[in-house]
Amino acid sequence: MIKVMHLLRRMNLGSTIMLIILVMLWSTPTVGLLITSLRPRSVAEISPWWEALLNPIGTVWTLDAYRNSLEGGMLSSLINTIAVTVPATILPLMIAANAAYAFTFLKFKGKELFFSTLVALMVIPVQSSLIPVLRGMVWAQRTFDIQLTGTYVSAWLVHSAFAMPLAIYTLRNFMMTLPNSLIEAAKVDGASYYQIFWRLVLPMSAPAIASFAIFQFLWVWNDYLIAFIFVGEQKSVMTYQLLRLLGQYGEGWQDVAAGSFISLIVPLIVFFSLQRFIVRGLLAGSVKG
Amino acid sequence: MSDIIFGLVSIVIGIAASYGLYWLLNFLLSMLPERISRKASWLAFLTPAAVLVLLVLIVPLLQTVVWSFMDDRVKAWVGFKNYVDLFTDKRFLGILLNNFLWVLVVPAITVAIGTAVATLTNQVGPTRERVFKSLIFMPMAISFVAAATIWSYFYSYVPPGRPEVGLLNSLVRWIGFDAQPWLTMDQGRLNSFLLMAVVVWLQVGYSMVVISAAIKNVPEETIEAAQLDGASAWQVFAGVVLPQVWGTVMSVFVTVLILVMKVFDIVLSMTRGNFTTSVLAFEWYKQFFENSNIGPASAVVTVLVLLIGPLMYLQIKTVQQQEALR
Repeated sequence: MIKVMHLLRRMNLGSTIMLIILVMLWSTPTVGLLITSLRPRSVAEISPWWEALLNPIGTVWTLDAYRNSLEGGMLSSLINTIAVTVPATILPLMIAANAAYAFTFLKFKGKELFFSTLVALMVIPVQSSLIPVLRGMVWAQRTFDIQLTGTYVSAWLVHSAFAMPLAIYTLRNFMMTLPNSLIEAAKVDGASYYQIFWRLVLPMSAPAIASFAIFQFLWVWNDYLIAFIFVGEQKSVMTYQLLRLLGQYGEGWQDVAAGSFISLIVPLIVFFSLQRFIVRGLLAGSVKG
Repeated sequence: MSDIIFGLVSIVIGIAASYGLYWLLNFLLSMLPERISRKASWLAFLTPAAVLVLLVLIVPLLQTVVWSFMDDRVKAWVGFKNYVDLFTDKRFLGILLNNFLWVLVVPAITVAIGTAVATLTNQVGPTRERVFKSLIFMPMAISFVAAATIWSYFYSYVPPGRPEVGLLNSLVRWIGFDAQPWLTMDQGRLNSFLLMAVVVWLQVGYSMVVISAAIKNVPEETIEAAQLDGASAWQVFAGVVLPQVWGTVMSVFVTVLILVMKVFDIVLSMTRGNFTTSVLAFEWYKQFFENSNIGPASAVVTVLVLLIGPLMYLQIKTVQQQEALR
């Protein structure tokens, strides 16, 4: 018995050491850029970042790069990113929750076919429909004089549409676990489907909605392609701005580094404060590809 | 300041409008006679989603397939010319090879590391488990573009004579070799593998979390029984734990596979597809945004969809299995 305990303890230590090595490997690139973002350019160009780590007190630290990068467009990009992300998270959830409600509780013809189509669409790459959508928006602009490209609205619509298959699928899976008897009881009491949805099903689906919302938020916040095509330079989001900065790193890594970390603050806050829900969401099968 | 107000107003209007839409649809339905409105009420809930999916996903997808048989400006039919051009172009075959390598390497390594971390963290007690898991999982919150800046710095190269700042080249020099411009070196597709490392870095957290949950569901008795029979730690893992989590491992594998087929942002941000690192999704971007060739761009993306097709079948089968379990 003592031997077994001993063996277990030793295994434990071995695992810990392996994990420490792995975690160091995993964090080093991020730490390197973070330190560089906090050093003056003149110093960072001649001494590598780990020298600052080894001698934190003797090193000069500065937030200059953050100020440069915010003034150089990162601040307005932050606002644009929020304006794209918040509705592009709420709208698809609202639309998907309505649809998932129909798929779960209402009877209609062709339900199976609609649903199989949605499942098949989950793996289709976004690239396959972007060019026609873009051309369609340009056409709408010429024909009806509706300005869509270069506005937030186009990004909301496209993000909402691409979130649809997975969101409906995830929410329907959750709604199927709700007690049907409750809904039947409400029907007997004379509640309309509309009332049942808003007063009963929607509040009860809050956990699934919250976990999908986190994913959709991170996904839209971190998206480059759709923001680039549909919002573009006019209201450039942070990924767009960051990629532009990356193209100029020859002028020093500081601004790129600071820009990266500015773009990371919000997702990281969301991540660390809501990690429990993220894990739960992943396990419910809500993974974005 | 006006930007902020404009942003806020847009957000409020956007959300209010969509709520109003549902209210209106249901109001219109309630105007109909009771019998009909009960039967047709699914329309009020499903129509907005259906219209969105139809207009932004399905119709454009079909349009793309049609356009792939047309010329650069989609004015004239060219038959299979775009496809013939692609498959007789050495560069495009190189792109397909790259996609093939991504698919071959990234899902397998991601799942392997994820399983290893999940197994290791299961043995170190709850506090350490939480800390280690958070740190490995963290890249999940990072955008591909930000990940690209982090890793470009890691791989960065400065011409000889100037002080080294990139970690990789410093290590290489430390063991006695010359610094290399890593991301431009396509011998043996070296630079593509360096890009793959970034995606593995981003995805391991996801694979770890899902596999770890499966490992925790393995019944304790089966492990204890094997230990009583004198099985080693490795034998317990390979003979008892792994077979029971295999289904989960495969589903993670397929999810990462689908993601990797569409990989794009990393290639764009780190090499702009130069030095033979291009992949299908990037080639589509280049054909359309740099060359404005709509027909060929559509053909490239159609090839991508066709390659993903079999995965769609896998996906539907997985969903059907899950439905059967309900």
